[in-house]
Amino acid sequence: MTTVPVRRRPGNRQALRLVVLLVIVAVVLYPLFWMLGTSVKSPAEIVNNVGLLPERFTPGNYLDGWTNFDVGFGRFFLNSALVSGLTVVGNALSCLLAAYALGRLRFRLRKLWFTVMIGTLLLPGHVLIVPQYILFRSLGLVGGDWPYLPLLVPQFLATEAFFVFLMVQFMRGIPRELDEAATIDGASPYGVFRHVILPLSRPALVTTAIFSFIWTWNDFFRQLVFLSNLEDYTVPVALTLFIDSTSQSAVGPMFAMSVLSLLPVFLFFLAFQRMLVEGINTSGLKG
Amino acid sequence: MAVTTAPGRTSRTGPVGPRPTRRGAGRVRLGEGLAGYVFLSPWLIGLMGVTAIPMLLSLWLSFTDYDILTPLSEVRWVGLANYERMFTADPSYWHAVRVTLTFALIAVPLKLAAALGVALLLNRAWRGVGLFRSLFYLPSLLGGSVALAIVWVNMFNRDGAFNSFLALFGVEGLPWVSDPDWALETLMVLAIWQFGAPMVIFLAGLKQVPTELYEAAAVDGAGAWRRFRAVTLPMLSPVIFFNLVLETINGFQGFTAAFVLSNGTGGPVDSTLMYTLKLYISGFTDLEMGYASAMAWVFLVAIGVVTAVFFSTGRFWVHYSDGDDS
Repeated sequence: MTTVPVRRRPGNRQALRLVVLLVIVAVVLYPLFWMLGTSVKSPAEIVNNVGLLPERFTPGNYLDGWTNFDVGFGRFFLNSALVSGLTVVGNALSCLLAAYALGRLRFRLRKLWFTVMIGTLLLPGHVLIVPQYILFRSLGLVGGDWPYLPLLVPQFLATEAFFVFLMVQFMRGIPRELDEAATIDGASPYGVFRHVILPLSRPALVTTAIFSFIWTWNDFFRQLVFLSNLEDYTVPVALTLFIDSTSQSAVGPMFAMSVLSLLPVFLFFLAFQRMLVEGINTSGLKG
Repeated sequence: MAVTTAPGRTSRTGPVGPRPTRRGAGRVRLGEGLAGYVFLSPWLIGLMGVTAIPMLLSLWLSFTDYDILTPLSEVRWVGLANYERMFTADPSYWHAVRVTLTFALIAVPLKLAAALGVALLLNRAWRGVGLFRSLFYLPSLLGGSVALAIVWVNMFNRDGAFNSFLALFGVEGLPWVSDPDWALETLMVLAIWQFGAPMVIFLAGLKQVPTELYEAAAVDGAGAWRRFRAVTLPMLSPVIFFNLVLETINGFQGFTAAFVLSNGTGGPVDSTLMYTLKLYISGFTDLEMGYASAMAWVFLVAIGVVTAVFFSTGRFWVHYSDGDDS
């Protein structure tokens, strides 16, 4: 008797579940569509019409935003691309080297260094920003000819412990027999790295590349601190310039540039959504 | 016996290899030990140059009145003055502490509750799960950006989208972002909106819960709520713990949205003065880098203490099904 209602419920339940989920999807996506809509509204509509769709399509905001400052937004996009691209290279390279050492090789104090690496996982970057700024400034690297060195040097030195950890975890899944076989065939640790670890670590490298691109592209704090000349600004820092000009006419262009600034991340999301969603799982939980 | 005068001992010419039979292995080990440090060297240089030395420098600076304008050699040692000022003479410091704690204490549990709730809704194998999962995850990728903070501020303006939504129900909204009582709440909503990342981790955790446990509980007559309390929560506790630690520490560090909302001031009336924003203003607007360093160290210690508290209390409520320690 009691099993009958239990049996009949799933259909209704499934429908209810779907309705609830669709409502949540609407709430979650609304700000994004609203942003898109506002980016093509005229100044008058931005004040009067807060709905999703513009009554009059005003794509001119994009052109206005692009040329709003003395330096065009194209430059800011190039700057961001340069910083993010080189960060990807730096992280992938340096974190893989460190992960191979910490996860695969045996040497003195390895356990200690591994513990230290884990300790730096939770170290907030904000704690180090003041002394790092002082150091890089005293080396003449802030606002100089190579304005991005303070942003990039740490990335080439495997300071992003999250990726080191992710790769160590990944390498645990590569059978040790492969290393041993290569060693018996006369391969040195460098040979093992080159011919076994490097090719097999491609999935971890791709995950690292995607995440470091997105994080660097979105990062604001470090770029705000270390970039001081307008022509060196990256997209997030340039976007804050819009906030200073409070005039109503700047809202449309500001939204237009905000949309464009999210476009690369969104494209990455479309291309790699599976990997992104799975990537954050491999990082933390199952070793 | 002859064996005691082992030839290996007397004829130990090589630098390694306590025994002749192990010499091969020993040689590999030396090479490997060297290689270990070769591969580790970028990380080690980074650890020293970008992390350890700056940390020590900042510890020293926290006892000085260093501003970036005077050279490091002429810096004045002020003892504990920075810490004293922070704890006794700077009300806005305590205000920043309160704002940060309020933010973390409210936003993190709500975000995790949303993440768990939606994960439970999605935790069935049916077509469309992947799509929903990706859509819910999207805000976590975009939400930390300046662009989204700009959108948020405008959405919660007096004439923003949120108020026109309220108007549908005849409710007259407030200028949320410029109201000191509500500005921080809008930032909390932005944080909760990014529930997708912990949700994905919850989903992975839910997949690990053996279905037999649910079946056994159902056979014993446990209802849905009881099954959730008695099976899901304990089995999921390691994942809850992981998310809680991660999100709390992230919550303490919220900066971008507060900066955008207040144009870098922490306003209105210091209501969004997150700790990191206060640190930024002290160090890079007021150029009181000694004072900012003291703040950074207190922040580091506080995060260490919070993490330690999590880990020590975790023993009492985190259940590891495969580990039988404790």
